[in-house]
Amino acid sequence: MSTSTLPTAAEAGRPADERTAAPRKGRRRGEVSPLGRLTSHGILIVASLIALFPVAWLVFLSLGPDKDDYLRPGGIWGKMTLDNYSFVLQNTNFFHWLKSSLIVSLGTTVIGVLVAATTGYAVSRMRFPGYKKFMWVLLVTQMFPVAVLMVPMYQILSDLQLIDSYLGLILVYCSTAVPYCAWLMKGYFDTIPFEIDEAGRVDGLSPIGTFARLILPLAKPGLAVAAFYSFITAFGEVAFATTFMLDDKKYTLAVGLQSFVSEHDAQRNLMAATAVLIAIPVSAFFYLVQKNLVAGLTAGGTKG
Amino acid sequence: MTVAIDRATGKRRGDRAPRPGLGQRLKHSYQKHWYAYAMIAPVALVLGVIVLYPLGYGFYLTLTDADSLNSARTIGVNEIAATYKFIGIDNYAEILWGETAYDRFWSHFIWTIVWTAACVALHYGIGLGLALLLNQKLRGRTFYRLVLILPWAVPTFVTVFGWRFMLADAGIINSGLDFLGLPTPAWLEDSFWQRFAAIMVNTWCGVPFMMVSLLGGLQSIDSTLYEAAEMDGASAWQRFRHVTLPGLRSVSSTVVLLGVIWTFNQFAIIFLLFGNTAPDAQILVTWAYYLGFGQQPREFAESAAYGMLLLAILIVFTSFYRRWLNRNDQQLAI
Repeated sequence: MSTSTLPTAAEAGRPADERTAAPRKGRRRGEVSPLGRLTSHGILIVASLIALFPVAWLVFLSLGPDKDDYLRPGGIWGKMTLDNYSFVLQNTNFFHWLKSSLIVSLGTTVIGVLVAATTGYAVSRMRFPGYKKFMWVLLVTQMFPVAVLMVPMYQILSDLQLIDSYLGLILVYCSTAVPYCAWLMKGYFDTIPFEIDEAGRVDGLSPIGTFARLILPLAKPGLAVAAFYSFITAFGEVAFATTFMLDDKKYTLAVGLQSFVSEHDAQRNLMAATAVLIAIPVSAFFYLVQKNLVAGLTAGGTKG
Repeated sequence: MTVAIDRATGKRRGDRAPRPGLGQRLKHSYQKHWYAYAMIAPVALVLGVIVLYPLGYGFYLTLTDADSLNSARTIGVNEIAATYKFIGIDNYAEILWGETAYDRFWSHFIWTIVWTAACVALHYGIGLGLALLLNQKLRGRTFYRLVLILPWAVPTFVTVFGWRFMLADAGIINSGLDFLGLPTPAWLEDSFWQRFAAIMVNTWCGVPFMMVSLLGGLQSIDSTLYEAAEMDGASAWQRFRHVTLPGLRSVSSTVVLLGVIWTFNQFAIIFLLFGNTAPDAQILVTWAYYLGFGQQPREFAESAAYGMLLLAILIVFTSFYRRWLNRNDQQLAI
C-alpha cells in the first residue's frame, strides 16, 4: 500500500546535485532542507507515537493476569500471560456475541449494498423530477442524531415484536448505512464513463440491463467499499445495540464488551483482551480498503 | 461546476419547452422516468419505513407527555394500553425556556457548540498539518501514514476502553504527569477535565480521516501551479496561501461539513468514556439518550423533543453552510 503521488517526470529525471548548481537560494519544489526534513521526521514520529500508544497500551495491559494490573503496569513485565485470552474465549459469551455481531453486520451489508447500488446508479445517471429533493433527503438522513429515532424506533420495533431480534437491528442499521452508501456509490458511478451506458443502450439493453450487466461489474471496487462501510458501521455501533438487544447471548460485541464492567466486577484485564480480539480482524480488514474508503467519502470533492 | 449541461440527458438545464397539460406531463414523466423511480424505490421504501415514519411518529411523541410509565407495555401477561395524552408544544417550551431550561438544555447546548467547534478545528488543523508533512518527499512516509491512520482503523468502542485505562486515576497518564512533577487531574471525575478528556479522545479518533482526505486533496493539486507560483517568486507561505488552500477548498468544504455533523452527533465516545457519571460532559445527543433510556422513568417525549431540536439545529446549519459556499461560487461536493 504505497502512497499514490508520483514525482513528476521532470523532477525524477533531475540529478540530485543539480540543485547546488542553481544560483537561486530557493530549493526545487518538493525538496526539503536537512533541518526541515529533521523537523518533519520529528513531528511525524511524535504523532505516530501518539497514534500508536493507546492501542499498544491496550495490547500490553491485556497480557496482565490481574484485574488491577492496569494500575501497576510495571508489574506486568514479569508475569505476562495469555490467560486472559483463553479465559475470554472459553468462559464467556464471546462467541455468541461474535455470532450476533456477524449476523447483524453481514445482514446490514447485504441489504445495504443491494439497495444503495441501484439508488446510486439512478442518481448518478438519470435526472428525474424530484432528483434534488431526493439528494437532500439522503444528506439530511445522515445527520439524524441517535436520539431522534431511538424512541420512535423502539416503539415501532416493540409493536412489530422486533425488539431483541437480529432483523430489527439490521433494519435500524440500514437506515444509517443506506443513505450514506448511496452517496458513495453515486460518486463511484460518476467516475465510470457515460459512454459505456450509451454503448449498452445502442446494443439494445434496457436501462436496468445496462446497470446489471455493464456497470455493476465495473463498479466492484465501489461496491466493496460500500460493503465495508456498512459492515464497520454495524459492527461498531453502540447506542441502538445497547437499547434494542436485551438477551445477553444476543449482544453484539460492542455491547458485550461493556458487560464486563458490571457482571464480572470490572475485570479490566478480560475487557482488554476482548477488545484486542475484536480489534485485530476489523483493523486488518480496514487497512485493505482504507484508500478506497477515503476516495468514496470525498467523491467529487477532489474533482472540483 | 457552473456549466449546467445535464450529464444524463445532454440537454442544457433551464431551457424548457412550453409545458404541456398536467395529465400528459405525468404520463410523459412516467414513461421517461419509470426506471429511475423503480431503482430508487427500494431506498425510498427503506427510508420511508424506518426513517420518515419513525420521524413523524417521533414528532407526534414530542407533542405528548409519553414516558415509560404511561406508554403501552406488557407486564407478564397483562397488556397495558397507552395513557399518554396530547399536550401541544409544552415539551419544547419546557426545554427551551422552562424553569430549569439553563441546566437541562442551554448548558448542554453551549457545551455541544464548544465541543463541535473545538473538535472540528483540532481535527482539521492537525489533519492538515500532518497531510502537508506527509505530502513531502520523505523517507518512510508510507510507514508514517499507515501508523497515523491507526486510530481510525480500530473500532471506536475498543479504543475508548484503551483511553479509559490510560485516564484512570492511577493510570499511565497520571503516573507520567506525576513522574514529571505536574499536577494530576481527575480526568474521569472532575467536570472540566472530563470535557478536556472528551475533546482529547475525540481529536485522537478523528484526525486520521481529515488527514487522509486532505492528503488526497493535496495530491490532486496540479504541480504546475506550484512551479508557476515559484517562477513568479512566491514565498512558501504565499504558495500555501494562494495555491494550496484554494486547491483544497472543495475537499475542505466536504470534510468540514461531514466533521461537523459527525462530531455534533458523536455518541459513542462520550457515552463509553463516562457512562452516566458525567452530567456536565454530556453533549445534547448523549443527554437526550440519558433522558430517554438512561434513567427511570424513561422520558420518551422529552428525549424525542431533544432529538427534534438537534435535527433542526443541524438542518439550519447545513442550509446556511451551503448558502455560504454557493456565495463563493463553490458547490458542495456532497
